[in-house]
Amino acid sequence: MWQIFVRWFHKCSSPKWFYQMSKPWSFWLGWAAFVLIGVALVWGLAFSPVERVQGNSYRIIFIHVPSAFLSEAIYMTIAIAGAVGLIWRIKLAFYVAKACIPIGMTMAFLALATGAIWGKPTWGDWWVWDMRITSMLILFLLYLGLWALHNAMERPESGDRAAAILALVGVVNIPIIKYSVNLVTTLHQPATLKFTEKAPMHISMLVPLLLSILGFYLAFLAWMFIRARLEILKRERKALWAQKEIEQLGGL
Amino acid sequence: MAFESFSAFLKMGEHGLYVWLAYGLATIVVLFNILGPRYLAKQLVKDHQRKLRREQA
Repeated sequence: MWQIFVRWFHKCSSPKWFYQMSKPWSFWLGWAAFVLIGVALVWGLAFSPVERVQGNSYRIIFIHVPSAFLSEAIYMTIAIAGAVGLIWRIKLAFYVAKACIPIGMTMAFLALATGAIWGKPTWGDWWVWDMRITSMLILFLLYLGLWALHNAMERPESGDRAAAILALVGVVNIPIIKYSVNLVTTLHQPATLKFTEKAPMHISMLVPLLLSILGFYLAFLAWMFIRARLEILKRERKALWAQKEIEQLGGL
Repeated sequence: MAFESFSAFLKMGEHGLYVWLAYGLATIVVLFNILGPRYLAKQLVKDHQRKLRREQA
């Protein structure tokens, strides 16, 4: 049994096998994400009722919360993939981790920027040095650091390892982001969505929010597979099969 | 519908600037994530073609 599992694990972690397998994935994930986010945003922007205290500015929630969720989830993906790469020396895990970085960086940026825009009419200022916002800024800087490490190394393998180590160290920041609004009294409101409680939100606002979150997750997966596949081709370009795939890509 | 007219929808009850600015940034982020990989793919093909030419010469 164990033998079968190990063989399966090694087969799945072969870049070539993964490249062939994942060909149709991004297409379907991308379309599903497009439909979900489309429905969620039309619903959230035009059909959900106005919020009693915040007025229409609350409609920013339908992109603010999904991008913030994703920026943390993508960071955890990078850290876990990096650990798998370091422990079992699996190249594919490093490729996936690298593919996640630009997507996570844009999501952290979007969460911070939409938060600032939302903060202006709601709190009266674009920026406050609140614990939640500061720890999110640190998350964005960690993404920048990961990206810079990959670019700074002459050998891509050194970049993989250095970025994986930084990603693992930076995991400390994730619980800080998560609990910053529950432990300390700050301007940022506590988490709205919890697994343990019913959301204190009307269904007409909650459903588009959940659809949007799901759509963002699927969009991330679609983009991640596209980038991971390109990274595979780039790194395996000495192999004949990868050269053939690159030629197909360019329609030579 | 939460709005009475299209202009009210655009205006978002005095919050139009904030809401549309946020959604505009989201659009830019989406475009970056769609166009970025396309650029990478083009670079990959170009590098490969250059290598082929070098080998032929």
